[in-house]
Amino acid sequence: MLAFLVGRLLQAIMVMLTVAFLCFLLFTFVGDPVNNMVGQEATNRDRAELRRELGLEDPIPLQFLRFVGNAVQGNFGLSYRLARPVANLIAERLPATLELVAASALLALLVGIPLGVYTAIRRDSWASRAVLTLSLTGVSLPTFVIGIGLIYWLSVITPIFPSFGRGEVVQLGWWTTGLLTSSGLKAIVLPAVTLSLFQMTLILRLVRAEMLEVLRTDYIKFAHARGLRQRSVHFRHALRNTLLPVVTIIGLQIGSLIAFSIITETVFQWPGMGALFLQAVTFADIPVMSAYLTMVAFCFVAINFAVDLLYASIDPRLRVDRAAASGRMG
Amino acid sequence: MTLRTLLLGASLLVLAASAHAANVRWASQADGLTLDPHSQNEGPTVMMATQHYDPLIRRTPSQEKEPGLALSWKSVEPTVWEFKLRPGVKFHDGAELSSADVVFSFERARHPASDFKNYLTSVKEVKAVDPLTVQIVTNGPNPILPDQITNISIMSKAWAEKNNVTKPQNYKDKEETFAVRNVMGTGPFILKSRDPDIRTVWTKNPDWWGLKENPHNIDEMTYTPIKEPATRVAALLSGQIDFLLDPPLQDVARVKQTAGLTVKQTAQIRSIFFGLDQGSPELKYSSVKGKNPFADKRVRQAMYQAIDADGIKAKVMRGFSAPAGMITSPGVHGYTEALDKRLKFDVAAAKKLMSEAGYANGFDVVLDCPNDRYNNDEAICQAVVAMLAQIGVNVKLEARSKTLHFPKLQKKDSSFYMLGWGVPTLDSHYVFSFLTQTNDGKTGTWNYTGYSNPKLDGMINAMASEIDQAKRDKLIAEAWDIVNGDILYLPIHHQVIAWAMSDKLDMPIALNDTPQFRWAKMK
Repeated sequence: MLAFLVGRLLQAIMVMLTVAFLCFLLFTFVGDPVNNMVGQEATNRDRAELRRELGLEDPIPLQFLRFVGNAVQGNFGLSYRLARPVANLIAERLPATLELVAASALLALLVGIPLGVYTAIRRDSWASRAVLTLSLTGVSLPTFVIGIGLIYWLSVITPIFPSFGRGEVVQLGWWTTGLLTSSGLKAIVLPAVTLSLFQMTLILRLVRAEMLEVLRTDYIKFAHARGLRQRSVHFRHALRNTLLPVVTIIGLQIGSLIAFSIITETVFQWPGMGALFLQAVTFADIPVMSAYLTMVAFCFVAINFAVDLLYASIDPRLRVDRAAASGRMG
Repeated sequence: MTLRTLLLGASLLVLAASAHAANVRWASQADGLTLDPHSQNEGPTVMMATQHYDPLIRRTPSQEKEPGLALSWKSVEPTVWEFKLRPGVKFHDGAELSSADVVFSFERARHPASDFKNYLTSVKEVKAVDPLTVQIVTNGPNPILPDQITNISIMSKAWAEKNNVTKPQNYKDKEETFAVRNVMGTGPFILKSRDPDIRTVWTKNPDWWGLKENPHNIDEMTYTPIKEPATRVAALLSGQIDFLLDPPLQDVARVKQTAGLTVKQTAQIRSIFFGLDQGSPELKYSSVKGKNPFADKRVRQAMYQAIDADGIKAKVMRGFSAPAGMITSPGVHGYTEALDKRLKFDVAAAKKLMSEAGYANGFDVVLDCPNDRYNNDEAICQAVVAMLAQIGVNVKLEARSKTLHFPKLQKKDSSFYMLGWGVPTLDSHYVFSFLTQTNDGKTGTWNYTGYSNPKLDGMINAMASEIDQAKRDKLIAEAWDIVNGDILYLPIHHQVIAWAMSDKLDMPIALNDTPQFRWAKMK
């Protein structure tokens, strides 16, 4: 088990370094932030000097080494746009994104799994068919269309929810939460629904497909033959085995929720990291962009690492198999 | 005794009931970058600074100069401007404004790390004569110094020294300075809280010196940036905000039709035009080898006359533009309607000019266009591509983000490009010195056409120091004749801006697209 952990950790570090280096290569094509930082009256000499001061004239490998060295110490430099430390910016925006992602993931799971089970058990009922058809909108409509549509119907036409922002937030240490105020709770509904729709559909269909397959297996037939109650068969036995691949997918999806809440955050002006990243791209705010992409890579790597561990703990067969493969059991 | 107190209490209650707390919530697409008033000379940043800082000389909505912290100013010698300060002005912390603060602020704005120093290149020295008089000594006579200092905010010297922010934010520093999120000014609003990119809140400054001239009744003001255009409009339509600085043009009609909302529009002091590389012996990005078609005035005029600016106004800008014949707009000193009259849109005449110049079969060229800087910039370029195809000029359009477009121009790596230009000093010299003077790194720094006319350069330098108003105006008029006559640029239009607001808010629209809420009144 230790060998497994160390091996995965080394792989993770390799992935991180590769991603960081690729980001850096990308930034040579991203544009010049200096123009955005000075007014139109600045002379060419001013611009060249600023570029030198920012270290933009140094060769790329040198800039990269400097970045990695600083990043390991938690120092991502100053944002070009806001002239504030990037680490502070990310720490300020992280709670907003994490709350949104948590709310969306929860919604996707709470709606997706039960509906998936229902549509698998009652395959041919009209309710099942309706759910499956409607779920197609979740995968086919782009996020911003859903977002703007929800704003239009539930904010402009019938003013129930606010159309932008996070509402009133409460500061708890370094974390700011919007879930303790009524305006904050109202504000998170529309963005969470928008962000969760795709995941919900995915989970629904995945659970349904897996469940249908599991329901055909022998041990389920034997359970029926033994006379166990329907509910026991479906939930204690079938669902448990269904959830294995679902856990993997959910892990991946949460990573992508964190990374790609950009669109939802932009549409709802949700003050999270996605919005920060998009503004950084338009401004060519290189410190923020590199810090964000490195962080996202870290999120993916960490979550997948956790999922792997979870997998091994859920499925006993995997633990034995791995040990056999490593040659320990004869 | 008891009766009197009762009556007093009752009357106070009545008064309180009638004086309601007026809160304004407003939004636009981009937040100010920093609250340091001398650090970044950028649109939204300057706009924020005007709410809590005052300059010596302010501008009205129609851009005339009016006294700010300076009650009066005059040129006591050819190279010395004297400003008499307003007495009794207090900073938000109660300290009195004196000439020491003015001198300090100007020196801060002239610091190498300041982005406002380019307004003050003619200044040699700023000195305090007495607590209420400041003199600015310039290197040579500078008749337009008052126009150049309307964006210089006056900051408290004592506060800056106490908080270690005597220098503007420098990117070399590894930490943010106190001035990035804190202010100490004399302005109409006091900063209450600042969350960059999230929310900025101000409260009314009850001791503001300008309340008599600008009797605004705003008690609290909240600003939120909303990047997504559809969300901005939704916020206004749902009543979550009262004022929207930049409604997307395609939604203005919808907002106008909504009950309870108004739209105000005006021509902005920003002109959009195309630049052509006339100086190179051969164009970098065209199909013509061995010679430069843009060096021939007939080709430039043909392209000018092939562009239908009224068509662009109607179809691309949805009516929100003012077709132009010169590269600066109404409101700028030196602008005249005669100069702004466009050459006639005439495709037949344009084709004739092209064949006279020897390009009857046309040629190919690449057009560089920004896609996130000016109103509908990419759409305008696409329309122009179609129009130029009529005279045989086949344009390949390359649209980019402004972070890529402007560096390309600065590297002189473009044969044909779109550019827009605003004029904060409201004087033609600003336009000439950046766009038409020979580009030698110090002047003409935005002139990428390669045009170099020594006679024009001489006139531009002369008008910078000519004190005689009549002589100066004559120089300006002649310079415009040369620039228009040589068809140095292809003017398209002046931008028209629209502000959308609730009917409850009374706010005049300003030609420089900068709302100052000291003019606002909530009903």
